Amino acid sequence: MDWSLILTNALTAMVGLDTVIFALAAIGLNVHFGYTGLLNFGQAAFLAVAGYGLAISVAEFELPTLVGVAVGLLGAVVLALLLGAPTLRLRADYLAIVTIAAAEIVRLLFRSVSLSEYTGGSDGLGRFAEGFYSINPLGPGEYGLGPLEFDERQTWVLSVGWTLIGLSCLLVFLLMRSPWGRVLKAIREDEDAVRSLGKNVFSYKLQSLVLGGVLGCLAGFMTAWGRAVVQPDNFSTDTTFYAYTIVILGGAARVFGPVVGAAIFWALLSLTDNILTQAKSAGYISDSILTTFQIGQVRIMLVGLGLMALMIFRPQGLFGDRRELALDAR
Amino acid sequence: MRHAVRAVIGGLLAALCVLLLPGAAVAAGETVQGRLQNAGEALEGVTITVATVDGQSVGEAVTDAEGAFVIPVPEAGDYVVTLDEETLPERVAIREGRSASITLPVAVDQQRSVLFPLGEGTRNVQSDLDRLPQLAVEGLNFGLIIALAAVGLSLIYGTTGLVNFAHGELITLGALLAYLFNVTMGIQLVPAALLAVVASALLGGVQDRVLWRPLRKKGTGLIAMLVVTIGLALFLRGLFLYQFGGSTAPYDDYQGQTGYDLGPVTIAPKDLISMGICIVMLLAVAYALLRTRIGKATRAVSDNPALAASSGIDVERVISTVWVAGAGLAGLAGILLALAQQVSFQLGFQILLLVFAGVTLGGLGTAFGALVGSLVVGIFTQVSTIFVPTELKNAGALAILILILLVRPQGILGRAERVG
Amino acid sequence: MPAEPAVPTASLTPRKDAALRAFAGVEAVPGSSKPDPILVADGVTRRFGGLTAVDVGHVEIQRGSITALIGPNGAGKSTFFNLLTGFDTPDDGTWTFNGQSLAGVPSHKVARRGMVRTFQLTKALSRLTVMQNMLLGATGQRGENFWRAILPMTWRKQEQENTARAEELLARFKLDKKRDDFAGTMSGGQRKLLEMARALMVGPEMVMLDEPMAGVNPALTQSLLGHVKALREDGMTVLFVEHDMDMVRDISDWVLVMAQGRVIAEGPPDAIMADEAVIDAYLGGHHDAPLDEAQEQEQLAAAEAELREQEGDR
Ligand SMILES: Nc1ncnc2c1ncn2[C@@H]1O[C@H](COP(=O)(O)OP(=O)(O)O)[C@@H](O)[C@H]1O
Ligand SMILES: [Mg+2]
Repeated sequence: MDWSLILTNALTAMVGLDTVIFALAAIGLNVHFGYTGLLNFGQAAFLAVAGYGLAISVAEFELPTLVGVAVGLLGAVVLALLLGAPTLRLRADYLAIVTIAAAEIVRLLFRSVSLSEYTGGSDGLGRFAEGFYSINPLGPGEYGLGPLEFDERQTWVLSVGWTLIGLSCLLVFLLMRSPWGRVLKAIREDEDAVRSLGKNVFSYKLQSLVLGGVLGCLAGFMTAWGRAVVQPDNFSTDTTFYAYTIVILGGAARVFGPVVGAAIFWALLSLTDNILTQAKSAGYISDSILTTFQIGQVRIMLVGLGLMALMIFRPQGLFGDRRELALDAR
Repeated sequence: MRHAVRAVIGGLLAALCVLLLPGAAVAAGETVQGRLQNAGEALEGVTITVATVDGQSVGEAVTDAEGAFVIPVPEAGDYVVTLDEETLPERVAIREGRSASITLPVAVDQQRSVLFPLGEGTRNVQSDLDRLPQLAVEGLNFGLIIALAAVGLSLIYGTTGLVNFAHGELITLGALLAYLFNVTMGIQLVPAALLAVVASALLGGVQDRVLWRPLRKKGTGLIAMLVVTIGLALFLRGLFLYQFGGSTAPYDDYQGQTGYDLGPVTIAPKDLISMGICIVMLLAVAYALLRTRIGKATRAVSDNPALAASSGIDVERVISTVWVAGAGLAGLAGILLALAQQVSFQLGFQILLLVFAGVTLGGLGTAFGALVGSLVVGIFTQVSTIFVPTELKNAGALAILILILLVRPQGILGRAERVG
Repeated sequence: MPAEPAVPTASLTPRKDAALRAFAGVEAVPGSSKPDPILVADGVTRRFGGLTAVDVGHVEIQRGSITALIGPNGAGKSTFFNLLTGFDTPDDGTWTFNGQSLAGVPSHKVARRGMVRTFQLTKALSRLTVMQNMLLGATGQRGENFWRAILPMTWRKQEQENTARAEELLARFKLDKKRDDFAGTMSGGQRKLLEMARALMVGPEMVMLDEPMAGVNPALTQSLLGHVKALREDGMTVLFVEHDMDMVRDISDWVLVMAQGRVIAEGPPDAIMADEAVIDAYLGGHHDAPLDEAQEQEQLAAAEAELREQEGDR
């Protein structure tokens, strides 16, 4: 077994595209769930709307990339308002069900044959990312960071991605130590109390939904550019579930929690994938136990088990403060 | 902490039990697959061929009774999938201006789905209104199956407050266990199904005992538990996929039945029997809730657990019973669903949202609400195919859920919450 | 920082005196009119299925007074509070605050108009510190706007002013040592105090307290009583729900009695204590409206936890 390759791959995964996408999605979700206590299970829909908004504008209507980005952002805001207006008055558990349903509607629409003229149906859309790569200031070649190596396209995507992560974290940091953030956290604790103190709870929840949705929409852009194609099944409910795992792993309501969570999450998955793959090719694991094809399934199982174990044994995340969580009355 | 450890170990043991079941032939490697349907109706006997982009044929299949086909391909790469239009039924055709050949990339280990743009054929004479009775009956059948699963979900929510996102996996488990008994072990489907329902029910009880009860004792919050159910759902779905593979497979019995013609409606005998079973089971649940001691206790606990406990009701026993019954009903729903469609590792996951829609429509936690809501969802899903493309029928049902909650935030039969 | 306001003793304070004089000419019958009502409710009804939880004909609350709302459990007191403050919607009825109608006004706007309530089951914001709880109460905060929130210089000064005001209030409620503790770590009684102090941060004209003394350790009730009296001395109107007759007699200027959703009697405390109808309502109430178990359990648990904490301190 080539341990240095396994470790290099894990390190690459820590800063790689999946980490970038899921860190951004989770930063948004952290605003919803971690700070405001909104059980939004439709985060994938924000990614989808942004990704498709960008792809359709550029690929189908031949608009410039920047216009595509604007369309994606607008799409996320509109989705947040559409989703929030009817649902934010609902109880938390109803909200969870309605948001997951809404996200599934969005995915089914993008997938449908009837709209495939614009969306490409289940195959999705390509040929929209060149505008993004054409403004890459880096020349062709390999760019390295310690043992990690990326070509100029990857380096460009990752640089943009990590810049967005940095800016998002800064924004969340500033907001959450302001009186505005204090109202969100109070709503998480008990919204009736906040109402009784004269705050318009509905409006704040909607603002939170829009903010988290817009942050999640950045993840949608990174998905689109990084993969150079958008497909409806990139935005399934499992995407949202992974993002939840990441938020909880890093510690809910912590500014850098989602980033740390995403890096650890993808590094762990890369580790298990690589170790299993290598153990298989070295012949340590027989086909009757695990075929190469099944490695991906072991990974889903691990995510599931990990999420359960975290929630049961360390609900405050890897770095959170248990005492604080013990105060949680819910 | 010790309880939690026990919970996790127990969960693992339960998982292991399932792991040891011999699975179906595991589909390894890349496939191209799909399901041909038009207006909710499966298209059987249609020939599909797959070739490489340079025209070399790699496989051919004929769709089964469910309209499904699976064609293995040798490796990842681009393939051309072609539907033989000659073999389509008369009133169905590839839509105007669309091609019967689709070129698509297949990734490593991917089970690539293909969707052909089917539509009404030119010689189609059946009008929308003529399809209504048929669709309504199919919807009723589907709604009854959803109701079976929904009642359990609703009772569990009502008594414990748990929103169980792993309920879909209870549905799948029933179908898989029946497959194990029926196909792998060769038992006739009826006794196999009985065995599977009993096993599902027992595993439901075990799940509550080793996982949820310790968490309740620990005072774990409801939202934390909700997240745990998501982890459990992911884990079980991965396990089912690992064990059963990604393909779909039918039971050995009652395949390809010819339907009875009942006036405007054609219905297969197995669907009639399935509806009968659902109705009997639902009536039994209703009777139990209204007339038996444990049923009344269940309703009392749903109403106000603290009050029920202080008036001498053994709340934990009620919850155990509800888990056993709920899991058994979900398992039965899975078997009936797999009989109508086919067994697959995500059978339950795929209808979970519709089950939730049924439960929520009726009002979370009210068992009778779940029943009404599920029938609405089932019938609406099928009948809506008159107006919306079949592939969007689920989206339509979910949209209705959102719309109804707009008007009645507590669901059709739900109660408003108290403040202060 | 002002010295602690003198906690009024049995002797008459000017405000108490004024309140008593205002009530002097008021008839002790349900629905009687007051010289200067701040709150007037008419025909407010609320039904839950077949049960009529609230059915109040006509009620006026005198400005600057402490009015007690008593009645057996399940009489509809909390529901009445919910209706008046916009937390629930009545089937019928109108009510005005300072002459302006409040029907259909959402709860947060009711609070902004100067009528602030607390809850029977305390709603401390557990994972916020005591100071953050307090600051949340301040109104008109510039930093609560999304865009200005990003720029601390736009709100920092106001935040400092609010903090100073919060510190004064905390000192007055003897919670200043807990300033940076999470509210969730405090005892039940301290949470009640915090909830009251937080309500005062809104700067209300009228405070509505739902069972402020419930579940509070007896040692703390005296100081809580003092605080309620102090509210009147600061010019506020107080409407509060309480069970303990002795306490009601001690601090209230006027008493409203509710039973089965209706106001069945009102008058000065002493007269009410002697009223046959009231005594019947209480005794009858206990027979056919058993205590709400969940609430009772909660109160018991809170009281016990507090006792334990007191013992732990020693
Ligand atoms: N949301 C609700 N749904 C149904 N009944 C309710 C609801 N809220 C209160 N009630 C009923 O209304 C009556 C009055 O309750 P409440 O106002 O809490 O009484 P009090 O505060 O005087 O003890 C009680 O019988 C109670 O059970
Ligand atoms: Mg009350």
